[in-house]
This record gives sequence, C-alpha cells and structure tokens, in this order.
Amino acid sequence: MTLFDLSLQDIQKQLQAGELSVTELVKDSLQQVKDKDEKVKAFLTVDEEGALQAAAKLDQKLASGEERGLLFGLPAGIKDNIVTQGLRTTCASQFLRNFDPVYDATVVSKLRTEDSITIGKLNMDEFAMGGSNENSSFAPVRNPWNTDRVPGGSSGGSAAAVAAGEVFFTLGSDTGGSIRQPASYCGVVGLKPTYGLVSRFGLVAFASSLDQIGPLTRTVEDSAYVLQAIAGHDDRDSTSANVTVPDYTSALTGDIKGLRVAVPKEYMGEGVDPQVKESVMAAISQLEALGATWEEVSLPHTEYALAAYYLLSSSEASSNLARFDGVRYGVRAENPENLLDLYLKSRSEGFGDEVKRRIMLGTYALSSGYYDAYYLKAQKVRTLIKQDFDNVFEKFDVIVGPTAPTTAFAIGSQTDDPLTMYLNDILTIPVSLAGVPAISIPCGFVDDMPVGLQIIGKPFDEQTVLRVSHAFEQSTDHHKRRPQI
Amino acid sequence: MKITVEQVEHVAKLARLNVSDAEKEMFAEQLSDILQYAEKLNELDTEGVEPTTHVLPLHSVMREDEVKESLSIEQVLHNAPEDEDGQFLVPAVLD
Amino acid sequence: MSTVQYETVVGLEVHVELHTHTKIFCGCSTAFGAPPNTHTCPVCLGHPGVLPVLNRQAVEYAIKAATALNCKIADVSHFDRKNYFYPDSPKAYQISQAGRPIGEHGWIDIEVDGKTKRIGITRLHLEEDAGKLTHTGAFGSLVDFNRVGTPLIEIVSEPEISSPEEARAYLEKMRAIMQYCEVSDVKMEEGSLRCDANISLRPAGQKEFGIRAELKNMNSFRGVQRGLEYEEIRQAEILDEGGIVIQETRRWDEAKGVTLSMRGKEEAHDYRYFPDPDLVSVEISQEWKERILASIPELPDARKARYSADYSLPAYDAQVITSSKPLADLFEESLKYTNDAKSVSNWMMGDLLGHLNTSGLELTAVPITGQGLGELVGLIEKGTVSNKIAKTVFKEMLQSGKLPQQIVEEQGLVQISDEGAIKAIVVEVVAANPQSVEDYRAGKDKAIGFLVGQVMKQSKGKANPGLVNKLLIELLQG
Repeated sequence: MTLFDLSLQDIQKQLQAGELSVTELVKDSLQQVKDKDEKVKAFLTVDEEGALQAAAKLDQKLASGEERGLLFGLPAGIKDNIVTQGLRTTCASQFLRNFDPVYDATVVSKLRTEDSITIGKLNMDEFAMGGSNENSSFAPVRNPWNTDRVPGGSSGGSAAAVAAGEVFFTLGSDTGGSIRQPASYCGVVGLKPTYGLVSRFGLVAFASSLDQIGPLTRTVEDSAYVLQAIAGHDDRDSTSANVTVPDYTSALTGDIKGLRVAVPKEYMGEGVDPQVKESVMAAISQLEALGATWEEVSLPHTEYALAAYYLLSSSEASSNLARFDGVRYGVRAENPENLLDLYLKSRSEGFGDEVKRRIMLGTYALSSGYYDAYYLKAQKVRTLIKQDFDNVFEKFDVIVGPTAPTTAFAIGSQTDDPLTMYLNDILTIPVSLAGVPAISIPCGFVDDMPVGLQIIGKPFDEQTVLRVSHAFEQSTDHHKRRPQI
Repeated sequence: MKITVEQVEHVAKLARLNVSDAEKEMFAEQLSDILQYAEKLNELDTEGVEPTTHVLPLHSVMREDEVKESLSIEQVLHNAPEDEDGQFLVPAVLD
Repeated sequence: MSTVQYETVVGLEVHVELHTHTKIFCGCSTAFGAPPNTHTCPVCLGHPGVLPVLNRQAVEYAIKAATALNCKIADVSHFDRKNYFYPDSPKAYQISQAGRPIGEHGWIDIEVDGKTKRIGITRLHLEEDAGKLTHTGAFGSLVDFNRVGTPLIEIVSEPEISSPEEARAYLEKMRAIMQYCEVSDVKMEEGSLRCDANISLRPAGQKEFGIRAELKNMNSFRGVQRGLEYEEIRQAEILDEGGIVIQETRRWDEAKGVTLSMRGKEEAHDYRYFPDPDLVSVEISQEWKERILASIPELPDARKARYSADYSLPAYDAQVITSSKPLADLFEESLKYTNDAKSVSNWMMGDLLGHLNTSGLELTAVPITGQGLGELVGLIEKGTVSNKIAKTVFKEMLQSGKLPQQIVEEQGLVQISDEGAIKAIVVEVVAANPQSVEDYRAGKDKAIGFLVGQVMKQSKGKANPGLVNKLLIELLQG
C-alpha cells in the first residue's frame, strides 16, 4: 500500500487537512522509483532535487492558503519525447543522450500551472517508434505484471511507471497506439485525445499529423483531471483546435443508459486472441447491463490502415528526424572527415535500427517517382478510413473493441520481424488515422496479464469516452488489481 | 515491390545514413517486405478520393507580425557540439 | 566567327525578402545586422518539438506582390517541405510551396531600346530564407541563423527573356514594383533581392530549347547582365565548335568576369516535397484579395505614363525617375513647391543622379527633400539665386539637408538685383580696366565678357548677371 493507492480527491483532502504534505508525497514517489525502477526501468532521468524543491514550494503555498492547481502536489512522470527546460530530454535515443532543452513543452507549462510535480523523464521506444519498448537505446522497460514481458510501446515507461505505482500519473504520446497499447499491456488507463485537443508544441515530432499527447493513469477519474489540465488551444501549434474545453470530471456520472455502442466485426476477427476476445465480450455485456445497447458494425477499410499508417508516419518521420544532424545539438560524431561525413556518422551512430528503418522507408516513399504510388495513395486511403468512422458515428455514440490483439508478449519474442511487431498496433492505428479520441481501460486478465478495452469516441467527444469508461470501471474491479513487484 | 541493395544505398544517401553491407541486405529485405505489404493499398480504387493531410477542418491559422523575445546567445549555443564566436562550427563547407 | 545565328533564352528566378518585422514562422526579429545568432529561438533553430506558426503579414505582402505582378491569386494555398541537408538549414527541410503557390500566371512589361515587351511570370510562392555560412579557412565554417526564417517570395519567370539587357530590365522593373508595393527593401547588396538565371541558346527559328546552364552568385544588376553576356558567348563558342552545352550550375565570378562550373560540388537532388503536416492551408477569400488589390499603389508604368502626359517629361526622363520609388516620390514631393516639373526633372537627372553615381550612395542615404528641391527651383525662377549659385546651394543641400532659403541666407548668397549696388561695382570695374574698355569701344565685343566676369567676381557671384550686362553696356555706350 502506497500513497498512490489513494484517489486524487483523497489526496487533496488529506493535503487540505494537513494530514499529508507534498514533500511526503514526492518522497514516497521517489522511494517507489528507487525500490521498483531497478527492475522496471521506466525512468531515464529522475529529478530528485528539482522535485523536492518544487514540493517545498507547494507546501509553502499550502500553508499560505493560496489557490491550488487542479493537480496540486501530484508526482508525475513525463515521456522523454516531451521537452522539459533544464531537464535532459533524450527520446531514448543515443543521439540526444546529452540534450538539455532550452524551453518547456506547452503541456509541461500547463502541468506546472496546475501544480503537479515532475519526478522525471520516462523511457520509451526511441523517437516513439515501436510497440514494445525494446527500441529504447538505453534499456528495455519491463512489464510490472511480469518482468519477462514487454510493457508495450512506445509509451512503455509511462504505462509501467503508473502500473508499478512509481508516480501518480504520467504523460505519454500516441501516434499509432503508443498510449493505448502499453496501457492495455500494463493494466492502466491510457487516453489518446482527439488530434488537435492537446498542444503538440514541445512534443518531439514523430509523425506530425498523428502525434497526440495524453495521460496514463490508474483510474478514469484521474485521466479526466489530467486531460482537463493539458487540453486546450495553443497559439504556438497551428494544428491546435480552437475548441472550448468542457468540464471532463462532470461527465463522470456513471449513467450510460441508452448509450449506443458499435462493435466492429473487424476488431473481433482472426488474429485477436480468443481469450482477449472473451474479456472484451464480457465487457460489452457489462455495458449492456449498465443500460447501453450494442450492435455489430463494419469499418470496412480497417485492413488497409496498417499499410497506410506505416507509409504516412514513416514519410513524416523521415523529414521530422532530418534535423538531428549534429550541428546545433545532439551528439556529434568524433573526427568527421568533412561535412557529409559528419552527417552520416552522427546520424548512423545516434539512431537505432528501427529509427533507421522508418527513415529509410519514409525517404523511399517520398522520393521522386514513388510519391503518388505510396504517400499520396496512403493519404487517400486515410480519407476512406476516416469516412468509415464518420459513418458509424452517425448512428452510434462510441465504438468498442480490444485495444490490442493479445496481452503483453515476451521480451525478445518479436524483434526479428518488424512486420509482425507492427501487427500489434492493428486495432489502434485506424483510430489514429481518423484522429478521433480513444481510451484503453483494464477489462480483465488472461494468464494474469491485463487486457485492455478500447473505447473510441467522436471527435472532441472525450466526455462520452470518459463517461462510458468511468461507468464500466466503477462497475468492475479490474482497476483495483495491482502487480506484485 | 523488390527493393535492391542499390536502392537502399540511394535512399541511405538521401537520408544521410551510413549502412554496412550487412545492413544493406537487411534493409533491402525488410523494406521489400513492408512495401510488398503496402501493395495491399492498390486493391482500393481511390479515384476521386481527396487525400487527407489533416483530419481537422482547420485553415488559415496565422499570427500577427509582432516581435517576441529571442533566446540569449548562451541558450542558443547551450547544446552546440562545437561553436566559435557566437556561431555554430561545422567542417568547412566549400562552394 | 559564327555562321549560325543563335537566339538566347533566359528565365529568371528572383528571391525577394519581405520586410516584415518578424520571421515567417516565429516571432524573432528580421532586423539586418544584429550580432550572429541573437535573433534566433527554438523555432527558427529547429529545436526538437517546435512548430511553425505563419506570419499573416508575410502572406499579405506575398499576395500584394503577386497582385502587382498581375498573377492569379490562389483561393487555397499551402506549404510543402523541401528536404535537403545543409548546415544553413536547421530543420534539414525548407518550408516552401510546391503544389499551391500564392500566385500564378502573371506578367510584367519591360522596355528595352524604347520597345515594350511582356514577360510572363510562371509563379510566385512564399518560403523561408536560410541562415548564413562564413568560411573560416580550411578548418571549418561558421553558421549564423539570424537570417533563417526571413520570409521570402520566389518569383519564377517564363523563359521569355531574350537577352542580357532584357534580363536586367526585367530585374529593374521587378525591383521597382516591389519597392512601389512596399513589400521589401529590395537591396541586392544586402541580399534582400537575389537573382538566379537559366540561360540556353538555340539556332534562330528552332522551337526546342537548347540545353541550359543555371547561373548563380550574381550580386548586382550589372552582374546579372555581365554574367549572362559571358554565358551567351561561352555557349555560342561551344555550339559553334559542334560541342554540347552541359546542363549544370555555374557561378558568376564578378572579379574575374567569368562563369565557373560548380560541377562536382552538388549532387542530384531529390527534394521529396510533401505537404507540411505542421501547417494548415491558407484560404484567400475574395474579400482579402480585393482589399489587397485596393491597396496597390500606382505602379511604375502608370506613373511613367502620367509624368509624360501631365508634365510633358521626355520618355527617357520619366523612365529613369519612375524606375525607383524614392526618386519618383521626391519628384512628386518637389512639385508641391514649384510648378516647373521640367526644371525639377533636370536637377534630378543631372546634379542629383550625378551625385549618387559618383558617391555610390542610395537616394535614401542623402538628406535631400522634395521641399528643398522644389523651393530651389522656385528661388531660381524668382531670381533670388542664379543658376550658378543654385548649384552651390544644391551641393550644400545634399550634404546638410538644409532648405535652400536657409543656405542662401546663412551664406549670404542672395542675388544682388539692386541697380545702385551693382552700378557702384560696375563703375569701379570700368575704372580699373581701361584696356578692356578701350578694346570694347574699338569693337571687340568679347571684351565685355571679361568685364562681366570682374563684376561677378567682386560681387562674389551674387550680382544678377542680366543686370550686370545691361548696366555695363549702358555705361560703356553712354
């Protein structure tokens, strides 16, 4: 039992009553990291000094009775592709192993405004490319439920740190499933907001048209609070939507009577583990028991999503990662013969295989003579995939299915074949291409490994997604189970 | 779509990546597989379908022409691998 | 000597820096001449995680320029990434426009040898400038990113320019139009106006284009003309000998007066253009287009026509004065203080341009004002100063910027038109020069010139020359 078994509301009450100090909270978090992270490897950088200083300041604030932020005193971990001024940000890449940002990401500033405390930076697949965290150039993260298994990726550190109780919440980023899939593998709540709801300013770009930052938390309520803190228009991000942010916590009514649920047959087909399917069907029955109705639907272009995604995301990545050239920051190769050699060596030494593979794929797809056949074709297919979702949402409030076809797999079991590895994202990728919001919440266990339920909503209808998730969560006990680590 | 070692070399050069002979073989095979898989998209008739660059119906996002503070020179060069006289140093560029 | 007649085909790519206060995608200042890298931020340095936000003023200027160049303005324009590695390009891609530029299908008229020719403009697009590299010898190069992100428009002409003179005329007209629209400083020496050229030759009458060379590094109007002239001869010689021109980029070496191959220093480019996913498209509404159209001032061609019609200026004078906006503005300002347009034009074409040529100064660096020039012409008209004195006054005006009246008063240069005062000098001079008086009376009319000169000298040039003449003749004949 740690402080993090308390709910956000309980913590706030205890702080208010003087039964708990922020310093105690932060020290507990730091202790958890010390105890567990040797095994889990969720953290790449821990900012003990900064966290304790911030805690002392917040304790003063508490004493003075000043107005407190929404996430007051809550220890947080930030995925290491979100830049933090003065706190090393590596993207789990050797290229950036010494990179010390000179500015804060918008979400980081927002978290500070809401008085949360950054404990440190979280491990991930290098530049967010991967679904198992085995592509971290520092060390693979391990799944707290079974340390021989992967935590999922790319936000594996973000999911594992929450699952292991090292911090209260974390931020991750999702390009093709990188929040939801690790949340599913680690048995936590992971929300990918609608594209454009959360500012990307300060998120090191992988695929700009797909990347979104979102929270990983133990409960749906926590998810709503963190989303409340980080959502909203940012004039530094041209792709940030100019929408009014609703009150997410007020959506958590527990009432889903009359909710219309769509279950795509393509998400329950072959390739999805039968036991995972069983858990998801049980969850759907539970929603029905809570007053929802459901129907099987079709998202007919689902099978094309993976191919379109890899072409689009790799193309954008090939351009986004070109700035890592060893001129202004990052690790420069020693003794280059000339400028070309500086580029070649710095990039080749700095990037891992998966990053190189995607840069190569993207460069090829954009190169002269292939653009129409690959990039443009994939953009058109993206339109068809988005239309699939639009069509279903004309008649339904949410789409529900599994987050991933299986539970977490063994470390090293899929590293030889990139294509097989990519198939783990087959249920999250269509959602990313459509830009709609989706959450993964625990909905059961198969062989003591968590199963994730994916709930997909209409654009900017995070309220409904959270409401359904919350109603389900509160009517089940899956979220109360803890890994023994 | 079969990717040859020569194509791998060409793409690596465009992307400024050094690849060893073993890596060339590996990438040629893996990229071929992925592109083979991507051939699937050709099953779809996309005649007349508009490409999606952005899922959001956003357009004309612009800022006013107002000067904001720049970084201090210390911050500019803070992460520079090599610098000299307030500038970034690179191997000689000939022209 | 060549037996074949060749036709020259030139297309120009002109880059114009827009004089916004801030860069195209961030709030850093675009002011020229700051210490290296002091006008930079995470966005223009291409730090991980940054995003571009488009400067509205840059779009506005680009639309204005495109409108002035008679382009069709896009309804929807968007930005693409042009991918290439170079140390002056921090993101290793330049944000530019490929598919949907701001403007297309424009034209401008140029005049060469009194003939007007219309040159088509293929496209005008917006993009960001690169940084600056300085070479420090064999060891390395230094990169300054102050200039990176300065908004640029690239204007591509049709290959309809047929000679180096036409190329120069095109460029001068382009500069004038940009100046009139007030979208840029258009200073070639500061790099706010830059020009690359494609040039090829073909046998006269042949339809297909010859193989072209791309010419870079021409840093002045004269450089453009000379570089193209050199290239014309070089290519003609190759063709005369039955050779084949190599398609390549060549650098104009101003000092040596030759173009040199840059072969081997560049590789085959594959820019992998694709729409920038960090930016959204720009919709240019009809209202926006109309508002900008209404803001376009009278352009050089219209002003030239007006000067000829309203002031009867010779075509050449009108052409020269309207070729530069500051010059034309000075002309018009002067006319608020005098009605004698021809005299104003004469002063500008003569003394003013002469001064600028010899001093190498820009008009804007000289403190002369329209009021000063207009009033000077007025003072001559009224007889307050002689033409000769006026030249002295004008010189002082160029130095100090003072108004002519003040200069005349301070230096006591008012023309003496008082008959009594002049007569006193005349009497004195006649008395002092009996030989000349005798010569005159002996019929040597020329002798009077000497006497006039003496009077002028004694009056320090201020005596009204007409009166001096009249009084001298009266006295000598009387």
